[in-house]
Amino acid sequence: MNLPTPSGMSRRHFMRHMAASAATIPALNFISHVQANAAQLKKNNKACILMWMSGGPPTIDIWDLKPDSKNGGEFKPISTAGDLQISEHMPKTAMMMDHLSVVRAMSTREADHGRGRYYMHTGYVPNPTVVHPAFGSVASFEIGAKRNELQIPAFVSIGGGGGSPGFMGMAHAPFLVDATGRIRNADMGDLPEERLDQRLAMLGVVEDNFIKSQRGEYPQAHKDIYQKAINLMKSPQMAAFKVDQELPETLAAYTGAPAQGGMMGNGGQFGRGLLMARRLVEAGVPFIEVDFGGWDLHQNVFTTLKDQRLPQLDAGIAALTADLEQRGMLNDVTLVWMGEFARTPRINQDVGRDHWAASWSVMVGGGGLKGGQAIGETDKDGTSVASGKAYLPGDIWATVARQLGIPLDTVHTSKRGRPMKIANGGTPIQELIS
Amino acid sequence: MTGMQRRQHFSWRVSAGFATALLASVLTLGTTASAAEERGFTTGSSDVIIEFINQQIRQGWKDNEVEPSPVAEDTEWVRRVYLDIVGHVPPVDVLEAFLADKDKGKRARLVDKLLDDPAYVRNWTTVWTNLCIGQQTPRRVSREGMQKFFREAFGRNRPWKDVVFDLVTADGHYEENGAVNYLLAQMQDQDDGVQLTAMTTRLFMSMQVQCTQCHNHPFNDWKQDQFWQFNSFFRQVAKREHRKFNAQTGRQEDDYSEIVWRDFTGPVYFEKRNGLMQVAFPIYQGSEIDPGPSTDRRRELAKQMTSGDRPLIASAFVNRTWAHFFSYGFTRPIDDMGPHNPATHPELLDRLADEFVKSGYDPKQLMRWIANSEAYNLTSKIGKKNERDNPGAGETALFSHMYVKPMSAEQLYDSLIVATNAHRAGRGGWEESERQRQQWLQQFVRAFGNDMAEESNSFDGTIPQALMMMNTNARPQGGDQPTLMSGAVSLESGSHLAELIASPGAPNVKIQKLYLSALGRMPTRQELTTLQKAIGLNRDPRTAYQDIFWALLNSNEFILVH
Repeated sequence: MNLPTPSGMSRRHFMRHMAASAATIPALNFISHVQANAAQLKKNNKACILMWMSGGPPTIDIWDLKPDSKNGGEFKPISTAGDLQISEHMPKTAMMMDHLSVVRAMSTREADHGRGRYYMHTGYVPNPTVVHPAFGSVASFEIGAKRNELQIPAFVSIGGGGGSPGFMGMAHAPFLVDATGRIRNADMGDLPEERLDQRLAMLGVVEDNFIKSQRGEYPQAHKDIYQKAINLMKSPQMAAFKVDQELPETLAAYTGAPAQGGMMGNGGQFGRGLLMARRLVEAGVPFIEVDFGGWDLHQNVFTTLKDQRLPQLDAGIAALTADLEQRGMLNDVTLVWMGEFARTPRINQDVGRDHWAASWSVMVGGGGLKGGQAIGETDKDGTSVASGKAYLPGDIWATVARQLGIPLDTVHTSKRGRPMKIANGGTPIQELIS
Repeated sequence: MTGMQRRQHFSWRVSAGFATALLASVLTLGTTASAAEERGFTTGSSDVIIEFINQQIRQGWKDNEVEPSPVAEDTEWVRRVYLDIVGHVPPVDVLEAFLADKDKGKRARLVDKLLDDPAYVRNWTTVWTNLCIGQQTPRRVSREGMQKFFREAFGRNRPWKDVVFDLVTADGHYEENGAVNYLLAQMQDQDDGVQLTAMTTRLFMSMQVQCTQCHNHPFNDWKQDQFWQFNSFFRQVAKREHRKFNAQTGRQEDDYSEIVWRDFTGPVYFEKRNGLMQVAFPIYQGSEIDPGPSTDRRRELAKQMTSGDRPLIASAFVNRTWAHFFSYGFTRPIDDMGPHNPATHPELLDRLADEFVKSGYDPKQLMRWIANSEAYNLTSKIGKKNERDNPGAGETALFSHMYVKPMSAEQLYDSLIVATNAHRAGRGGWEESERQRQQWLQQFVRAFGNDMAEESNSFDGTIPQALMMMNTNARPQGGDQPTLMSGAVSLESGSHLAELIASPGAPNVKIQKLYLSALGRMPTRQELTTLQKAIGLNRDPRTAYQDIFWALLNSNEFILVH
């Protein structure tokens, strides 16, 4: 199928065009009408899903194409359901773009993987005096603590690292699972449940005696964390990690693979991760990070994108957005798509793109934000921000904080007593706020 | 900052009562004779410095109107002193012999014995390797090289000032001269030695200058140019990362790293907040070094750092070592000392630093003084009369009871080895046992820490840590290695548990042995009754013993140093 449309094509025209090609891009139906109503009755949990593009994705080939520039590369833009164009290799996402916006005027100066990862996760530039919390840890601290019924840790990171809790402390560290939902050391093997109960009963005898002997807070804290671990293991909420409970068609829509047969690329892990993220949101987890790597494309950028990265990315974003919408959750779940930086507009001698932080794009959507927009713009070659205002990660996280209901005047205090503004004092992006 | 502001800062940090008390203690310093009457406790070691510690600490109790907890029972103290000095729990036979020993000087003798134990060298090598290069070995750094350096340092009890001198001035191949690994680890970024400057001052001198990289410090005396003056000492150093051709794979691969000389003369340049460029010359605490090409700046810096009556490296080492034993040092944090952050026991800190210098910077002597002090021998149980002594809640540390601390990852690993008697089962020398330990610690670092700068080396309450300790699955899914706990409570023939169960004796004797192995104490009557009953209820008593041992090794009492 050939989707490129002349730029300037109207949205209505585009949608008709899409409808005509429905045979090749089926509408995404995730739940029946009855289920949808039931889903809407569920308590809506505000949450954020961060799609983390580890390695630094070339946003010039995905969200902000430059077909008329020598930097433009091989891909063409297509029109979308929103008022912006994106890559021709993102056709399914294009249909959902009325819910999603692209901030095209990011300018972040950190073009080293470690520093960029830190900066984009925390909103702060690395600094030897303090370790700042990743925003997921902030969400865990601010929201997770208030969700008493939640037994899963409030910051879950699927398939990646997730960053450091910094001065928020280890209680707010990302809880790591891989895309199959496996939690390290949670598999107790063939230990019968009554054995575990006997062990815990015996443990209680020793622990309670030690607590009673008056030695400060540590002994009780130890008992509490074991209790939390046990609660988690026995919790029905653990089902949220079990993506295989979904219909094969649903999983296939998320991964972009046929329902029967193999996954594509690296096992469709991104799609699985996103589907797990949706399940975790339903269980009440306020912040989930889903890692999707393989973007450090110093060579062969176009073939790799076309054949490997973008089909998975496209399927995943489109399916997640559609699924959340059909379940009535999209207004509560803010979606953020970013990497540590993007890639050079200039194409290098290996047909690759190198690290670039001066002018690039981050995708933000759902969560009650205005979709379908391009916020800011880069110049004709993509080498600098052409609109007046450039955006920092703090602005993205301030936008997310606002949608999650975290007051923007929240100040946290580092271990050394230094006050830290939430999202490094960033400002919510006005154009996104309805 | 003016003197006025400094004073305000001081009174804000220290409660007025305590400040007055300190003043009072300064005035009464001359009259130590009366202290002898108060002297009730001794480990059997008599030394004026130990008495000085006891007298100073007691003065703090008196001034703050707290009464100390009683002296810890032998079982509690032996476990503690083992963990602090040699990094693992005491083996059962040693413990039993100690409890049976009626000699009044047995605690002092045990301290001496532990300081000469090979595990002392291993423990302190671990502590300082982690401090210098982190728990996760950075790229192109040799952990083995760093360990070799510290193994020699602590094995020969080298003067601490020589150790610091070698670390600061090191050059050469990262396995031939292990000290260079400190520099390699702190030079990961091409940052003109900024990280190395910040780390060297913080780690060895307890001076926090890193903020002043960009601006004058708001709370202390350090100025921005001082950071860059210090930094200018580290400009003649470069790292080389060598690669070699592997004929088998046909590829270039990593070979070795080294620290080499780099030609550098003159000042360094830095930018003031107002945008003006400034210069900084190599100046150490006011004394200027020739910036010309013939000067070996690091050598000059090391000379300055290690000379004088009470150099900062002495106070910093004393403070850090004290905190190792007590959980809290004389300042908080321990690596931020200076007029802006007054010590809780300034006289004691200064005297210990002086005596440490006089001893020839002898780390063992310092530890001997600390471990034989009255405060170190108190129980961790808190009483009504010293509830207020709670530094965890932000109060000033008075050391009127021992503060409980979680084991480090290494202490936990080594303690599980000892508690399950695995140390007897012929481990193949340092290299092999260290390899196994590192392999296991990697997963520990993951459960305990994370991939960013802030490593967490102790059990600080996360679900992954608890899961790791609870799990006894010998065949985990996903191809992970069997959990450590599965080995610890294994019933396979030859295991500690299997041998213990097979040995003659009534159930209560076996339960007692499990308690001694894991907790270094006998079970209480109530514990014994409950657990005996449980054994009766199990169809296979072996599983009951296994579950008891599991419970003991998973308990707060096991994982905490108390």
